[in-house]
Amino acid sequence: MITMEKVCKSYKVAKRNAGFREACKALFHREYEEIKALNDISFTIRDGEMVGYIGPNGAGKSSTIKILSGILTPDSGKVLIDGRTLWDMERAGKKPSARAAKCSRIDHVRQIGVVFGQRSQLWWDVPVIDSYELLKDIYSIPDPIYRKNIEELTESLNLGELLRTPARQLSLGQRMRCEIAASLLHSPGILFLDEPTIGLDAVSKLAVRDFVKKLNREHGTTVILTTHDMQDIEALASRILLIGKGEILMDGTLEDIRKGGASMDETLAQLYKSYEIS
Amino acid sequence: MKKYISYFRMWLVMGLQYRAAAFGGIVTQFFWGFMEIAAMHAFHDSNPAAYPMTMEATCSYIWFQQAFIAMLSARIFDSQILDSVRSGNIAYELCRPVSIYSLWFSRSTASRLSAAGLRCIPILAVAVLLPASYRLSAPAGPAQFFFFLLTLALAVLVTVSFIMLIYISGLYTVSSDGIRRMCSSLMDFLTGTYIPLPFFPGKIRQMMELLPFASMQNVPLRVYSGDLAGAEMYRAIFLQIFWLTAMVMIGRQLCRNAERNLMIQGG
Repeated sequence: MITMEKVCKSYKVAKRNAGFREACKALFHREYEEIKALNDISFTIRDGEMVGYIGPNGAGKSSTIKILSGILTPDSGKVLIDGRTLWDMERAGKKPSARAAKCSRIDHVRQIGVVFGQRSQLWWDVPVIDSYELLKDIYSIPDPIYRKNIEELTESLNLGELLRTPARQLSLGQRMRCEIAASLLHSPGILFLDEPTIGLDAVSKLAVRDFVKKLNREHGTTVILTTHDMQDIEALASRILLIGKGEILMDGTLEDIRKGGASMDETLAQLYKSYEIS
Repeated sequence: MKKYISYFRMWLVMGLQYRAAAFGGIVTQFFWGFMEIAAMHAFHDSNPAAYPMTMEATCSYIWFQQAFIAMLSARIFDSQILDSVRSGNIAYELCRPVSIYSLWFSRSTASRLSAAGLRCIPILAVAVLLPASYRLSAPAGPAQFFFFLLTLALAVLVTVSFIMLIYISGLYTVSSDGIRRMCSSLMDFLTGTYIPLPFFPGKIRQMMELLPFASMQNVPLRVYSGDLAGAEMYRAIFLQIFWLTAMVMIGRQLCRNAERNLMIQGG
């Protein structure tokens, strides 16, 4: 179970006007603007749920995923994963020490798998299987479990020969399948997918969707998915969280937002407009 | 611990595949070493009495410096570590149950060892066969050779622990380019890359020998030929261990603080 309580996060962004004079001025004095990426976010996700986390660009989706995966520290609020505290910024008014924060990050990440669609976790110059072997040691995965997982993932993601190819020579679709397998080697209970189908062709998209569905069905893995592709949401998410301007605007199902015969993209555009977040 | 050893092994193996870079390095380093020894001969001939080392010691200093340049140089950085900070790919490393410090440390050490492993043997093999006044001579004795290996290992670790501080500065400033350039020039001077430390005048030399930079290549390269021996050598080993411990402790703390304040931007 994942619980987020009143989580806030803001970024400082340096701003200046165009031109040489302004650039010189900025050497001595910089103006910052505070951007509220997340403003009082609270929600709960039960075990085994598949949640689609949607919203326009810059709404705070990725910030949420990063806080949940332990790599971004919130300014305030509380995050509990399976009853364990990941972040608690309110405790007695003092921040947890850097050492404690690192230990809780390391404990936490053993239980989760993360795929950032726009980044790569495979080591570029070596065959994919070498990356997997390294991940096996990094997560201290016992031999039998590792072998079983590899076998299962190879079959359901159709990896086969890809495992012997260096990551840099894979196509995007092939690489994404390998990336997803890489985040599941240690059998995590929670999987975060941050735009997993970005840039993929139709066949690869379908393969990824089918696999995630199967994973959730057979292993009860909790899946949290951010995407701009409404067909991903349609195929996968039983529940939708809509975020805009750093706030949760809607928590419901696909049926709640679907209107008559309009296409999914139109429906979503309408929805963004109605909340004035587009 | 096993995970860091696997990481180390992976980078060691990966480094061994860059053959062309190694060949280029060998040729450059060989000619550079030759030129440097020629210059040192000129110094020596102009006033042998004022020359602070023996000529044999100078030759072995320079040949080992060139052979192990990939291991001991202050100019070699792991571009992937620097990129992972700039591009935000460090996000994936933070999603793993590992300490960023130990991860980067094992990786930097491994890539230095594999790069040097490919380069050192041809350079040393040729250096042994050169005419007497340019030759790499045998070590001062078996004990001295043992201390050479020990101080060489310590020197690599001290160098990496200092370079780690530069990588970590990137976590605070996004790009560590500025600090990197500044430190590289300073380190080339203070570690004895340009001229060995014994060539510096009295007071300055004494001060330089206390700095962490003197605990890098300065120690093993001089221990080999016996230029650094006895009580002075033990003091140098003690200083190496001291600086290694201090810089690892500082680095770990800075890294932990940075991890907490890190912002991974974009998509």
